[in-house]
Amino acid sequence: MRKVYTKIESISGSVITVRAEGIKNGDLAVVTSAHGTSLANVIRLKHDLVSLQVFAGARGISTGDEVRFLGKPMQVSFSDNLLGRIFDGSGKPRDNGPVLEENMIDIGGPSVNPAMRIIPTNMIRTGIPMIDVFNSLVESQKLPIFSVSGEPYNQLLARIALQAEVDLIILGGIGLKYDDYLYFKETLEEGGAMSRTIFFVHTASDPTVEGLLVPDISLAVAEQFALAGKKVLVLLTDMTNFADAMKEIAITMEQVPSNRGYPGDLYSQLASRYEKAVDFKDAGSITVLAATTMPGDDVTHPIPDNTGYITEGQYYLKNGRIEPFGSLSRLKQQVNDKSRDDHRALMDGMIKLYASFNESQEKKSMGFRMSEWDKKLLTYGELFESKMMDLSVNIPLEQALDLGWEILSTCLEPDETGLRSELVKKYWPKEA
Amino acid sequence: MDKSTGKVIGITGNMVTVKFDGNIAMNEVGFILVGDQKLKSEVIRINGDTAEMQVFEMTQGVSVGDTVAFSKEMLSVTLGPGLLGQVYDGLQNPLPELAEQCGFFLQRGVYLNALDGEKKWDFTPTVKKGDTLRLADSLGTVPEGIFEHQIMVPFTMPEDEYQVISIAKKGSYTIHDEIAVVKNSKGREYKLTMIFEWPVKRPVKLYAERLKPVDPMVTKVRLIDTLLPVARGGTYCIPGPFGAGKTVLQQITSRHAEVDIVIIAACGERAGEVVETLIEFPELTDPKTGKSLMERTIIICNTSSMPVAAREASVYTAVSLAEYYRQMGLHVLLLADSTSRWAQAMREMSGRLEEIPGEEAFPAYLESVIASFYERAGLVQLHNGKLGSVTIGGTVSPAGGNFEEPVTQATLKVVGAFHGLSRERSDARKYPAIHPLESWSKYEGVIDKKKVTYVTDILFRGEEVNQMMKVVGEEGTSLEDYVIYLKSDFVDYAYLQQNSFDPVDGAVSIERQQYVFDQLFRVTVGEFTLDDKDEARQYFNQLRQLFLDWNGVSWDSDSFKDIEKSIQDKIEEKWNSSDPHAKSFSGK
Repeated sequence: MRKVYTKIESISGSVITVRAEGIKNGDLAVVTSAHGTSLANVIRLKHDLVSLQVFAGARGISTGDEVRFLGKPMQVSFSDNLLGRIFDGSGKPRDNGPVLEENMIDIGGPSVNPAMRIIPTNMIRTGIPMIDVFNSLVESQKLPIFSVSGEPYNQLLARIALQAEVDLIILGGIGLKYDDYLYFKETLEEGGAMSRTIFFVHTASDPTVEGLLVPDISLAVAEQFALAGKKVLVLLTDMTNFADAMKEIAITMEQVPSNRGYPGDLYSQLASRYEKAVDFKDAGSITVLAATTMPGDDVTHPIPDNTGYITEGQYYLKNGRIEPFGSLSRLKQQVNDKSRDDHRALMDGMIKLYASFNESQEKKSMGFRMSEWDKKLLTYGELFESKMMDLSVNIPLEQALDLGWEILSTCLEPDETGLRSELVKKYWPKEA
Repeated sequence: MDKSTGKVIGITGNMVTVKFDGNIAMNEVGFILVGDQKLKSEVIRINGDTAEMQVFEMTQGVSVGDTVAFSKEMLSVTLGPGLLGQVYDGLQNPLPELAEQCGFFLQRGVYLNALDGEKKWDFTPTVKKGDTLRLADSLGTVPEGIFEHQIMVPFTMPEDEYQVISIAKKGSYTIHDEIAVVKNSKGREYKLTMIFEWPVKRPVKLYAERLKPVDPMVTKVRLIDTLLPVARGGTYCIPGPFGAGKTVLQQITSRHAEVDIVIIAACGERAGEVVETLIEFPELTDPKTGKSLMERTIIICNTSSMPVAAREASVYTAVSLAEYYRQMGLHVLLLADSTSRWAQAMREMSGRLEEIPGEEAFPAYLESVIASFYERAGLVQLHNGKLGSVTIGGTVSPAGGNFEEPVTQATLKVVGAFHGLSRERSDARKYPAIHPLESWSKYEGVIDKKKVTYVTDILFRGEEVNQMMKVVGEEGTSLEDYVIYLKSDFVDYAYLQQNSFDPVDGAVSIERQQYVFDQLFRVTVGEFTLDDKDEARQYFNQLRQLFLDWNGVSWDSDSFKDIEKSIQDKIEEKWNSSDPHAKSFSGK
């Protein structure tokens, strides 16, 4: 028999405390108030004083409201019935479907033994040249999209999700705008991917704290599917909201803030989520793509900064394009030697030329004289930006590489490209 | 004396408050009994009859009233033969064995023996009955891979003189078999095996004398060995923003460094990177010994998603193992990646203890803790006259890439060399991205210091000209200045940058560095007959291309000699005279 407590000692922010005994750290409770019920979990114990964070927020909770402990930590149901379903941040159906209560699994489980990981070797093809050619996405990679608010990062995520060759897509929305939620839903339905997708969506209008659970729930489910041999792609958008929700709780709990109000364990907290990305020995894999909006386009802000130290690179979305300089895929070396023999050379060569183009452009804007070489570079840069960098371009990797050679051949001579002669001989477009 | 027990009375994150009876010690290890699991924890503060403990595991499911069993021991590592080639977590649990037992995940509360208790070792005694020994004196040896592993009098015994009462005969024994009995000056007898426990937070100081580090520790990275050398027994740090190549640089060093043993402490970093080392090292051969690199390596791996408190312990575990092998007269290199994560672990605990925060909420004792960690490095003369060393190289991950932050600053105060990575250099794909002008080293290198200073000066002036050119354009720069700029650019491309993926260029021996540097030096001191900037640029581009090709061919090949000839011809082609200021030491 679970005891019910009806005396709440204190309420502050979304944290309440009650006096209770025999409670375990991390346990779940149901708080019933005049405005409905909400889940809450234990975040601190001190003698018989139990602090709980209430997922629906503490607004309207009275000191006489009922707190019922469930004697178990947060869990989520795991089965194939999840496919095609939409849930909210605490795992309740959002789509009027039945509540799932079979085969409950714990969330936020232990980390994977490094000895059971393998070096990833499969490229995930997205049809976006700036990713496939220049910063290949690799199965089991954890990669955020750094972007300024207002950039089409959700559109980019949806597109990658649709085109990626994976068995399963899990969308974890944290503070997602309702419009964006509908956009994801429509896009995946139209693309016929809904039957292999699971949504855990916490929207911007839902209570903040509820969003904290989304990454853990999404990744716990992903982990089970991966162990069953599936290739899972997890999309988390937007992790900045997750970090901000953590900040809110930390400050309510009177924790000493470290940097711009964020808790000292921000790095560890983010890492324990991102590190769930894994390629299991003899089983499936989890790839994590996340959106991180950078407040004020500041990459040194604690959230993108800590994220960058954790993840295996980042895609830097700016002015509707994936920037070649800020972007990096740390795992691309594992796959881009197996695609085509010109891949690596073309990737480096084109970026070096694009860097020279930027210099020439700078010179031009300063009013210095333009040499013949500068003029060639300017043509090259324009072509590169319109034919390669534009996000609407959607072609397979091989075609993108051919396109690269075509761009080079329209504005440069072979010996100006800095590419090895044997490659030039093999791939340089023949005069028509 | 009885072991104390206690009851949990509070839990915040990974810290529990415990009410205890009896006596407990600071840093004593206790186990929280949760159901059938035992969670390892360490006492970090004592106040009256309550103690604060940091738990090395996740605290989910711990409740008020749970029993805590104290162990009377500080957090320790097991020292003995069989450490080399192992992959441990921060608390010295062997990870592959853990995977065998628990599968994919790191189950909490499972602690395994660090060393294989079944394996037999061929013991050869080096002392006889009646001999007098000090602590850490050798009793005998067992072969461990390529080394003669010294079985020593345990460091933990009271300081005294010990007389050998019996010693095992030559033969094979397990680590738990008794191999000697010794007697102290008061007649008390001690039975010794091949292993003993050492508290990780205590430095091992059983040597005759600590010496000044002088001999260079060769890393085979030109930029480091020539410009910013590290000495055996010294310390250095590599701060840099994310993506600048800290970890890659450490991986390269762990492969090529000319030391006996490398200990890699992956502390709070990505698991993927450890996996690369884990899988690749056993396949790579050590050029010095011809054996697998893994035979000289120990990996301590506490990745970012593993419990934070164990992350703090992992650097101490690593340095204790390093000191153990130093006592055998070996040269050990400890690579810690990254010390910032370790400092952050301290910050998390400090926050939970509600200590008054210092800068960026790091605890006030941050500096002294960092200093005492790096001070465990050093070149020492042992009592038997042999030299041994521990060199520590730590990466720092400063928030926002800003070197003004507390961890970088505290580290810079205590290290002997600073290899600062720069975002601009890594963005321009110039690797290694160590900034040659902002970094420094207090150690002596293998190349004549005057020459190095001359080249550094060229780099510095070239950078000045480059800055100026950005304002006044190429048109507004004099030919003389322009040549200095070209020379600095040439040095950068032809010498400082190095392709770590290239089989030849990836690791350059000291002899070759000295040889190539002499040629390079000739170019930098040369005054050439050049008419205009276009000619100058072309000339230096050709020189650069020759040097790049030269770097790509192996040391003793014919093409090496051929290219050398072309370089000399190229230099002669426009040679006028050499800089008179450089004559005094250039020798030419």
